[in-house]
Amino acid sequence: MLAWTIYLSFAGALLEALLPKDKPALARWSALAVALAGLILAAVGFAAGLGHGRVVIADVPWVPSMGIRFTLAADGISLVLVLLTGLAAVAGVLFSWNIELRTNEFFAFYLALIGGVYGVFLSSDLFLLFVFYEIAIVPKYFLISIWGSTRREYGAMKLALYSFVGSAMVLIGLLAAYTSSGSRSTGLVQLAHAGLSVGFQMWAFPLVFVGFGILAGMWPFHTWAPTGHVAAPTAASMLLAGVVMKLGAYGCLRVAMGLFPHGMDPWGFSYLGIGSWRDVFALLAVIGIVYGALVALVQSDFKFVIGYSSVSHMGFVLLGLMTLNQIGMTGAVLQMFSHGIIAGLLFAIVGRIVYERTHTRQLAELEGMHLSKRLPFAAWAFVIAGVASMGLPGFSGFVAEFQVLVGSWSAKPWWTGAAGVGIVVGVAYTWRAMQLAFFSDTHSAVHIHEHGHELAAITWPEVAGVSMLVAVSLAVGLYPKILLDAIEPAVRAMLAGGGQ
Amino acid sequence: MIQEGTAFAPQIAESAASGILWLIPALPIVASGCIALMKQPMRKLSATLAIGSLSCSLLLSLFAFGHVLVGWASGAAVRETVNFTWIQVGASHVDLGWILDPLAAVMLVMVCFVGLLIFIYSTGYMAHDENFTRFFCFLSLFAGAMLGVVIANSLLLLFMSWELVGLTSYLLIGFWYQKPSAAAAAKKAFLTTRIGDVFFLLGMVWLFAQTGTLLFYNAGMGSMEALKLGGLLATPAGLGLTAASAIGLLIFAGAAGKSGQFPLHVWLPDAMEGPTPVSALIHAATMVAAGVYLVARVYPLMQAGVQLSASGEAIGSTVALTVVTWVGAGTAVFAALIAVAQNDIKRILAYSTVSQLGYMMAGLGMGGVAVGMFHLITHAFFKSLLFMGAGSVIHGCHEEQDIRRMGALKIDMPWTFITYAVGMLALCGFPLFFSGFWSKDGILEAAQHWSVAKSPFYMLVFGALLTAFYMTRQVSYVFFGNYRGHKEAHESPPVMLLPLVILAFFAMALGLIGTPVWPWFKAFLEGHAAGFSVAGFSEPGLLELMATSSVVVLLGLVVAWRIYGDKPTKAEDSDALERAMPTIWTLLEGKFYIDELYGATVIAFYAWWARVADWLDRRVWGGIVACVAWLFRESAQLSRLFDANWVDGGFDKGCEELASGGGLMSRIESGRVQIYLRLLALAVVLLTAILIWSSRG
Repeated sequence: MLAWTIYLSFAGALLEALLPKDKPALARWSALAVALAGLILAAVGFAAGLGHGRVVIADVPWVPSMGIRFTLAADGISLVLVLLTGLAAVAGVLFSWNIELRTNEFFAFYLALIGGVYGVFLSSDLFLLFVFYEIAIVPKYFLISIWGSTRREYGAMKLALYSFVGSAMVLIGLLAAYTSSGSRSTGLVQLAHAGLSVGFQMWAFPLVFVGFGILAGMWPFHTWAPTGHVAAPTAASMLLAGVVMKLGAYGCLRVAMGLFPHGMDPWGFSYLGIGSWRDVFALLAVIGIVYGALVALVQSDFKFVIGYSSVSHMGFVLLGLMTLNQIGMTGAVLQMFSHGIIAGLLFAIVGRIVYERTHTRQLAELEGMHLSKRLPFAAWAFVIAGVASMGLPGFSGFVAEFQVLVGSWSAKPWWTGAAGVGIVVGVAYTWRAMQLAFFSDTHSAVHIHEHGHELAAITWPEVAGVSMLVAVSLAVGLYPKILLDAIEPAVRAMLAGGGQ
Repeated sequence: MIQEGTAFAPQIAESAASGILWLIPALPIVASGCIALMKQPMRKLSATLAIGSLSCSLLLSLFAFGHVLVGWASGAAVRETVNFTWIQVGASHVDLGWILDPLAAVMLVMVCFVGLLIFIYSTGYMAHDENFTRFFCFLSLFAGAMLGVVIANSLLLLFMSWELVGLTSYLLIGFWYQKPSAAAAAKKAFLTTRIGDVFFLLGMVWLFAQTGTLLFYNAGMGSMEALKLGGLLATPAGLGLTAASAIGLLIFAGAAGKSGQFPLHVWLPDAMEGPTPVSALIHAATMVAAGVYLVARVYPLMQAGVQLSASGEAIGSTVALTVVTWVGAGTAVFAALIAVAQNDIKRILAYSTVSQLGYMMAGLGMGGVAVGMFHLITHAFFKSLLFMGAGSVIHGCHEEQDIRRMGALKIDMPWTFITYAVGMLALCGFPLFFSGFWSKDGILEAAQHWSVAKSPFYMLVFGALLTAFYMTRQVSYVFFGNYRGHKEAHESPPVMLLPLVILAFFAMALGLIGTPVWPWFKAFLEGHAAGFSVAGFSEPGLLELMATSSVVVLLGLVVAWRIYGDKPTKAEDSDALERAMPTIWTLLEGKFYIDELYGATVIAFYAWWARVADWLDRRVWGGIVACVAWLFRESAQLSRLFDANWVDGGFDKGCEELASGGGLMSRIESGRVQIYLRLLALAVVLLTAILIWSSRG
């Protein structure tokens, strides 16, 4: 059933490409229908897959001469991320409702991207995973360079460059693993049990981890993220932060950590407390948390603030992965889901609800616009999203970050302490941006007349999208069991052995 | 002290009272949700809903309190808990739960009762505000969150409610966000308390990592019970601390943030930018007391490892409690000094609150839960009385807050004056008839007997002198002398005066439950019988202590009256103290320049780092990328030249056009994306077809 999320999305992409150009409404509704169908499939698949462990969905030979098979499988981690993809896809369509330029093409790329993402999360064959990974990256470039805004060529190019460098690193690692395993199979399970030598894992692990980590916004390879987010059209930045960055983190977890677990073993010597690749990446994660938050604090472009906040929040994912314990890694996966929802919401508010109406994202210009009066919906939605983003209890981010912190405390208390600094700065940049953008109508009434033109009313897709994302974050925040029941056994299985 | 009976047997079985306890916070939160969905004009309904829900909570609280009281009267120490698992990860699980014990019961009744009075008062105070409904929405949400803090039996649930309290506090301080000062104050409040909260969070994470539970009480397995505490005591945490002390200190940092203790006090005076009912409810009676309540709640942890004498008195102290004491005593004097030189009626009260919270902390540190909590309860009544009185004054003087522009209001606002005077005397600790006297004496008595050091006692006595001084100064300025305002002052409407009268009654009467003759409050909290005996005064040193504190208070009153008294002044005149000692006055008026210090150090440091990081991103990382991109572009140019000159020979004109157009990307962007789309689509179709066909087999 879950496999159909992939087929359906690609079929939808095809359908959109073939639709007549002059019927944007048709393109929108069909895209929404496809995304919704995907979400329903994902949700049903999620419910059905709970408690069954790893389930193989499809397994047929693909390139028999190389032992490549078309293997799709889902465990709890996949289920959660597939569900996230479904939610993000629907939300993205809702917030792209006003795309008028080449609407059908936009949604064609959009759905192709979604299909690729579903594919990555469900692949259980290394080669297949890589193919889907590339499929997911390519439409990204077009979405940004055609429908983007600020410095879109630059942003798109930067994103593409980074992604391909990352992909190249991953590919080298994959080929090396394939040849040195000697098992003539690219199946993740087979490779994990191939008994790759520790020496090999020691260099393959950092290579592949960094390769995927680039897309997860790992410091210092994160700079594609803010510029890419800023350049991207709203739906693309939602997907970029919401699911594409998760592809990277998922790759780190499933491929780098799953195939080369011994790559995290101690080197045998340590310098300044860094004694293994695990320490290195945990340190980079913590730096990312604090650094992203600090940079977000001084941005003048609203979307840059959110872009850097993504870097900071993804740091929690990487930190959670590096704890290598049950609660920390569970938290990391939950944080992937949570950040996908919350970052999507923030980008939707900034990019769609505010920017499309005010045509500026400069905080200094938004300051005099009385947005809390003129767009009260946006203002209060941002308050809620901001509160969720800074990890206040009741929203999903809190549960995830709490688990990551508990996990990292058991591993190394200092990591936790440093991450705490990021939390404080997180509050500072969120409130700063919010007050500047929405709640600073301190100027006299003259300004109202200057910017007196009526801002377009809030439309139903916006209300629906915001409500959906807020509801999901709240539901997970108050009753995390719904997702943890899926994540927890999968993480336990990963930790228990064989990587898969 | 009278002979204390033996401790009561614990009663932990769940009952009807503890079963419905969750409704107490849930009702206001649901009401808040409903109000949030209402339109602005539905003012009456929103206020009714808020007040109605809190009234129900009050009734339920009284029921719960009654239940505990009945248990106490029949010789049982009620400590009923309801726990459930929230997160299950592997073998470890994070539990939430709520608790009904004397501490929670007392606090519940106080919060509901004071809250209800302030809700009623607000209908008058906010009557002309256009965002009346929003105000009640936030206020209800706050009440619910605060009640959540009170009933929490899990550090995590407490933290969750705690953060929600902080958020509503932020929203309410910034309620008039059109004022830049209000918006800035809101941000500052949230940020400062959040700094404390991060320590709190770390303490919680550590506690969980050590003990595997965040429940306070769980039939012997809770983190505040002997088994787990023993484990914490046995774990060293570096710097000569045990894990128990270290965690206790981290949690105290959170409490210090919320309760405005030095050095995290800076937000509380600024928080006075919020509407006055908010100041009364959140920044005087309840939220700021939450820090004190938190310390009281985790008291077994703070106290872990201390030697107890046969009579249950602590001998010596723990590191955590010593820190609590010093921070509390220091803050008490420090804030009282600042309060002397302030001219904003609410700011004086704010610094007074900081100072009194210091007393509570010191009371907890030296005397135990009952001592600190008793001052918390009495303070909640008289301080919210003072704030609402101040609100009435501000209202009557047309939003004037500067005490130099008031005066002689005892004639125009007699009701406000009388009730304010009661509150002021209670705060000063005027002997015998006012609750503040008894609760403050309890703290002083504990300080006198503290075995670690004697200086906190002298600090607190000095603080009492200052308190009497600055309150007399304020009252003289506001109610005596000549009127220095511009517009005629008027008395407030009855809906605002009624709560004042009720609170004034309690500001006097509450003292009765905590006198040495009948220390009911202490007995109730600690779970033993309370005897009535005049012999309570015969405790050695007690009468002397009472005499000392009375003399100190009277001294403060008289000196301030001599200086400020009932004499005519002009608004522009400088203060008498300022003329006498200008340097010290400037220092105090400038609040010891703590804000400026932070601005020049911590904040500047972070701003600098943020700019450095931003520069790194833009210049260094961005530069590297630009460089790589340039290299790629140049090599692409090279290969294009190569292609154009050597390979392209056989290509037709269309292909030349492509080459001169600048390559693949620009072609797609110039609008011929369809071709690629078709190609992509074709590929997808083929792939899908192969897949479906092959998966059939």
